[in-house]
Amino acid sequence: MTEGMTESVKQQSAPAGDESRNAAPSSGLGIALAATLRRDLVLMLRYRGEVLNPLVFFALVITLFPIGISPDPELLQRIAPGLLWVAALLAALLSLDSLFRGDFDDGSLEQLLLAPQPLAALSLAKVAVHWLLTGLPLALMAPLLGVMLSLPPGSYSILSLSLALGSASLSLIGAIGAALTVGLARGGVLLSLLVLPLYIPVLIFGAGAVQAAIMGDGAGAHLAILGALLAASLALAPWGIAAALRISING
Amino acid sequence: MSLCLQARNLACERDDRSLFADLDVDIQGGEVVRVEGPNGCGKTTLLKILSGQLGDYSGALFWNGRPMQDVRDAFLRHLLYLGHAPGVKAGLSPLENLVWYQALSGERSSEDRRLDALANVDLAGFEDVPAGQLSAGQQRRIALARLKLTPRALWVLDEPFTAIDRNGVAALEATLLDHARAGGSVIVTTHHELAASPLLRRLPLGESMQPSAEA
Amino acid sequence: MWAFIHKLGSPKWFYALSARLQPWFWALAAVLIVIGTLWGLAFAPADYQQGNSFRIIYIHVPAAFLAQSVFVSMAVAGLVFMVWKIKVADMAAAVMAPFGAAMTFVALFSGAVWGVPTWGTWWMWDARLTSMLILLFLYLGVIALRGSFASRHSGARAASVLAMVGVINIPVIKYSVDWWYTLHQPATFSVTSSPAMPVSMWLPLLVMVVGFYSFFIALTLMRTRNEILRRESNKRWVKELFQEAQ
Repeated sequence: MTEGMTESVKQQSAPAGDESRNAAPSSGLGIALAATLRRDLVLMLRYRGEVLNPLVFFALVITLFPIGISPDPELLQRIAPGLLWVAALLAALLSLDSLFRGDFDDGSLEQLLLAPQPLAALSLAKVAVHWLLTGLPLALMAPLLGVMLSLPPGSYSILSLSLALGSASLSLIGAIGAALTVGLARGGVLLSLLVLPLYIPVLIFGAGAVQAAIMGDGAGAHLAILGALLAASLALAPWGIAAALRISING
Repeated sequence: MSLCLQARNLACERDDRSLFADLDVDIQGGEVVRVEGPNGCGKTTLLKILSGQLGDYSGALFWNGRPMQDVRDAFLRHLLYLGHAPGVKAGLSPLENLVWYQALSGERSSEDRRLDALANVDLAGFEDVPAGQLSAGQQRRIALARLKLTPRALWVLDEPFTAIDRNGVAALEATLLDHARAGGSVIVTTHHELAASPLLRRLPLGESMQPSAEA
Repeated sequence: MWAFIHKLGSPKWFYALSARLQPWFWALAAVLIVIGTLWGLAFAPADYQQGNSFRIIYIHVPAAFLAQSVFVSMAVAGLVFMVWKIKVADMAAAVMAPFGAAMTFVALFSGAVWGVPTWGTWWMWDARLTSMLILLFLYLGVIALRGSFASRHSGARAASVLAMVGVINIPVIKYSVDWWYTLHQPATFSVTSSPAMPVSMWLPLLVMVVGFYSFFIALTLMRTRNEILRRESNKRWVKELFQEAQ
């Protein structure tokens, strides 16, 4: 364990004056981001259940509504946009709790916080993986469930698009809540309480987009607002996530 | 080597209980500082403060003479912290775990250096076994491989000897002293008795602190 | 200016200052609320459309104002606490949250009571009421989050972050709910956006609003003082204070 140490210390541990050599931050950050994305993707794909569970939950909740309300296609068609959006939102929420919990439990989160890279950027990579493996599959799966709720054919692409755009905002906003509750032993229910009120604008414009597509009004305005919400979340949420993680690591 | 970490008037209280107060710490290059004290005296908390993780303290921290909040990035580039939890992903192999740590420090990926670091902690042959199937001691060794993989001047190690077998303990102890000899410094807590050495300094916590008179 | 902020940050100094301010705000609140109530209930003219039932605005509107302002003040206090580490700011934020939640509930409840004569039902998904309901959930989230941390410092910081996230979101939520409401309900009669009120109606309302704000300030000062004593109970100046009192 000893040889090589002396040399490497000399190499690396020059005093703080060596910023110039340690600089090239953009490439360093790029490497760190790519590796974090890759690591989280590999981990999630190794535990496939974690990826599949929200999808199954989504399908199951959609199955409950016709049973609980009525199998009448006309009624279902009328409430389908809202049902699909609410169910997808809950499914995305379900998987949020585990976003940082694994890293918190095994100590990786401490290391993430101590990496010489901006924490906001690194947490953004983690959120991106969450969206890729939760929001995006939910958006792709939604048309299938739309068929079961007699959603008119013309609205499927808008349904998927609105869910894809909206769920990215949901992942970003939800990650703040997940980061705030990751240090708590039973954070799951609290997480929903914190996050669901913040989800309401996304829900309104997401379900509104599908509704508008069904009525033939054109969903462009809704999608534009969803895009604006996403842009705002992208700009602001990473700072919130980073601040929240710093708090949670303190216990 | 002008590595220098200073804490002035450090005080930390956690929910009305004072852990330590008026603590001055000076860490120079070339020493192994062992933080000592009974359970619950704030050793882990002190290590977290010194490694820049905790903000809940009063007093000031300086890195190479400059206030910590101004040079935090530079400080982090010289710091390697190992906490109670090893920070090893059970679902990844030792090699994959190290890939992430190497990249996290912004360095270019180097398989040779990773293999070398793993061999150095006696994990040759286990490179591709999921870490979850390894023993606690072996998982700890994956974390310790970072000492060699990503060389840093300041090591802050919280109970690094946990779950390590006797040979590993001896090797790690030698590593710590070598690091100090090469000009680096180590802050460590451990229940394991370190062999006396001119490089070893003890930092007692809790003993100077009388039980609060108000209690 | 800086010296003043840091002085204000000292619990002892704040305790002394608030002792002098507090009675004035209590007196102002009491006088204004009594005048406003009598004026609003007995002397203001009845509404030509709603009759006497409109008089509930003298409770509903001040409560709704406070519900929103308290959240903003709480977030500002949280920001001050996070940036300058001023503990008094966090104590104030901590005592504001339950008060804000209570005001939100009062606004909701008075809105529901008002709904009976106006809409013939206790609850309508009116834009204002819906936003108010979401605001109540935001308050409950902040209170619950603060309470669930073992370390008070972490709980305080987490609550501050959530309050700031909430305060950024409140306008977004409000506008999206307004938009949602106009889409689904062709504008019927909205409780609060009634046509321009005559002076004889809104003047007592203004008195009530100012009275409610004074009440909020007085109560926050008082409860922050309690919180200071509770959290600083092992500090010397608090002990001396108690010895003097005995």
